[in-house]
Amino acid sequence: MSDMIVKKTARRIRNLAAGLGMAAAAQLALPGAAYAVDIQTITSDGGIKFLLVEDYTVPLIALSFSFNGGHSQDAVGKEGTSELLTNMLDEGAGEMDSKSFQEALDDNGMRYRFSAGTDKFSGSVQVLKSDADRSFELLSLMLTNPRFDEEPIERMKATRMNSLRAEQTNPQSIAAKALRETLFDDHPYSRPGNGTLESMEAITRDDLIAYHKNVLARDNVVIGIVGAISPEEAAKVVDKVFGKLPEKANLKPVPDVTPAIGEEKAITFDTPQTVISLALPGLKRDDEDFYAAYVVNYILGGGSFSSRLYEEVREKRGLAYGAYSYLATYDSTGFTGIGTATRAERAQQTVDVVRNEITRLAEEGPTPEELEKAKKYIIGSYAISNLDTSGKIASVLTAIQTAKLGTDYIDQRGDYIGSVSLEDTKRVAKRLLDAEPTIITVGRASE
Amino acid sequence: MKLKSGFLILALAASAAFTVTHMGVSAVSPAAAESEVAGPKVTSFFLDNGMQVVVIPDRRAPVVTHMVWYKAGAADEPPGKSGIAHYLEHLMFKGTKTTKNGEFSARVAAIGGQENAFTSKDYTAYFQRVTPEALPEMMALEADRMENLVLRQEDILAERDVVQEERNSRTENNPGSLLREAMGAALYQNHPYGIPIIGWQHEVNSLTKDDAIAFYDRFYTPNNAILVVAGDIDEATVRKLALETYGKVERRAEPGERVRPKEPEPRAERRVRMSDPRVRTPQFQRLYLTPSYYTDENNEAEALEVLSEILGGGTTSRMYRELVIGQKIATQAGAWYQGGSLDATEFGVYASPRGGVKPAQVETATEAVLAELLENGVTQQEVDRAAKRLIRSSIFTQDSQSTLARIYGGSLTLGSTIEDIQNWPKKIGAVTVEDVNAVARKYFDIRRSVTGVLLPQARQPKNEG
Repeated sequence: MSDMIVKKTARRIRNLAAGLGMAAAAQLALPGAAYAVDIQTITSDGGIKFLLVEDYTVPLIALSFSFNGGHSQDAVGKEGTSELLTNMLDEGAGEMDSKSFQEALDDNGMRYRFSAGTDKFSGSVQVLKSDADRSFELLSLMLTNPRFDEEPIERMKATRMNSLRAEQTNPQSIAAKALRETLFDDHPYSRPGNGTLESMEAITRDDLIAYHKNVLARDNVVIGIVGAISPEEAAKVVDKVFGKLPEKANLKPVPDVTPAIGEEKAITFDTPQTVISLALPGLKRDDEDFYAAYVVNYILGGGSFSSRLYEEVREKRGLAYGAYSYLATYDSTGFTGIGTATRAERAQQTVDVVRNEITRLAEEGPTPEELEKAKKYIIGSYAISNLDTSGKIASVLTAIQTAKLGTDYIDQRGDYIGSVSLEDTKRVAKRLLDAEPTIITVGRASE
Repeated sequence: MKLKSGFLILALAASAAFTVTHMGVSAVSPAAAESEVAGPKVTSFFLDNGMQVVVIPDRRAPVVTHMVWYKAGAADEPPGKSGIAHYLEHLMFKGTKTTKNGEFSARVAAIGGQENAFTSKDYTAYFQRVTPEALPEMMALEADRMENLVLRQEDILAERDVVQEERNSRTENNPGSLLREAMGAALYQNHPYGIPIIGWQHEVNSLTKDDAIAFYDRFYTPNNAILVVAGDIDEATVRKLALETYGKVERRAEPGERVRPKEPEPRAERRVRMSDPRVRTPQFQRLYLTPSYYTDENNEAEALEVLSEILGGGTTSRMYRELVIGQKIATQAGAWYQGGSLDATEFGVYASPRGGVKPAQVETATEAVLAELLENGVTQQEVDRAAKRLIRSSIFTQDSQSTLARIYGGSLTLGSTIEDIQNWPKKIGAVTVEDVNAVARKYFDIRRSVTGVLLPQARQPKNEG
């Protein structure tokens, strides 16, 4: 079994947001900390800009990329197109049909992963230095020249439809759907990223071709490369992989939207543990209050085993295995989410405890001690969590570009967090938390 | 996310570990990814109290991964106390003679560190990821809780509820998990591997402080533990710090040989069938009882590893080609081998029927794939490709110090040497067509198996009037 798998299973909060069909990981948790990563900004001969970190310690090269697009670019009635595309790029490309291409990939041994989020279509690959030429050739074929043959389309649709059927009785998926639909009404963000049985059935080869042509374009991509490769070689790789994509993307505008807060939905479903999901106002990544909000979220229910929700829900009362909050930031909206799960007879008590913590933080703000601890954690954890493997650094390089942060961001992040004042956190706690939350529960009806 | 990668997740879910404090991290099959010759220079030594220390250098980033592994897991629990190994793992965060409940975690958070712990059937491990400056403090705190744990009744009870909710999340809310639990119980007729790591619900309900302390006093002792430090640090520094911290912990117990009840030679095929209204997509799985890397003879484990790749590793595998692409009766199909177990273990095959297809149909098709393989054997090209894929995957692990720490910690805990781990690619490369055919013919015997079927609808309850 491969380490990639382990990384995937070690999912937490981020995937919960992803379960909503939203937010790629990089959009939720953002980079920063004083740590020397030597980032080079390079433009290839073909005119494509990318970031590079050279490191020859291990014989690997990691490449990460992200296109604007994602689920929100799926055509109406064809929801799930971008997700299906993540399965179709390696199912035959160029002259090779599915079987030949899969064998070529097997023989080469590169690792790759394509993913679709609410606003982005992304990928990451890791290649062995010794096989790099062939690996990037195959990657180029996947991105530029996928075949979209009928047999694999039909097969992947069937696989996805099986997953969609399973989602119908998964309490987490039921809650995510209800939350999405409650918050975003008829906005594109209300639509299911994975699609529905009907929309998946309806997707055709032409839909994949159209999506691919509209989204995967040179003016619409950010790229990060890390590993055993020189700037000149890296520039050639970028031209080889991305150079034949169309010049310009053709994206549908996604209007800004304010999430509907203050709604309640109790969904009756016969399962032992009730899933609880709350939403409050949020903000976008480019909001001037973002760093203060990041700190407030950490104190309420972010990262470590020391948050207020973790303490009150889990440690003191044993109500749940997990209790957490997150900032969901999208290109066109944002909200603050809270999640937990408990046995049916304790669901109401748990909601009450969570709501009490929301109110307390909104009214009083954090203590000076909490603020200091939060800053220390957020600053210190950055390098430990994000800069220890070449694959993660490559993701950081794309995230920095997606959020338009500048290559000094890793050095500056500590200051951005450090300069958040107690007053800032009190003001932002009120801005985010002084509201009737939207509350979704999925479980047995209370007696 | 790629669905195809999901095949392996199933394998992992069926495999070992459980985490505590937050979310699941699964065990890496110990042999699944060793370093090639170009990998890090791993060194090891023993403290006077018997604790092994392993150092894995990775100087790329100012980060260290600090792990302590105990040779004690769910399969070491006393009868009737299922879940105690995992429950104790939760309770290890509750404070010591000199630290308060949660203080260790607070100190990790204060420096931006990450931490967690996990329990498998064969071992329990605790880890922190921090900057090198914080390593001495982590080692002091971890050494402290090896001998000075203090449990208070009120913390005990709340944490037991947390574990119940963990079980609810992992198992009770998921019919697929319930089926796997039942299959494990049927496969292992005598060995405690048949008991779920998290414990049976009714037994977890009645675990006590005394149960936890008894398990702690029996197994948490330096001579039963392995320290792994990976990252931006050198052996001399680790040695000095280890002497100052773990070196001062007395031998608290002599756990002795790890001898569990052995499985008898299986004589009867078993079937487990579960229906649940929450099931929308039926599943078919079959487990075969096989040797592990630690019980096999003549490198059968390596051959089983290669067999699982040929039969069910990815979309070029026999299972996927036949059931998903050829016959179009399944949406997923594959196989896995859980070689990283101290005692006899399992080899699994699975298939998810397409909409409208009955599980019996994919079962028949799976049996035909197996029969064909037994009849005609595997090809040289299949063996070469599978071995190459497995070996190459080991190079990728060099990019992650925490993955390396897990591989070394897990494998050494089970009895591997560093040399064993580093020779793994060579041994995989030496597997022959005959080796693969021999293990297939020996272990794909229906009498060694449990077949599990998950069905959508509850059957009509029988009239019990």
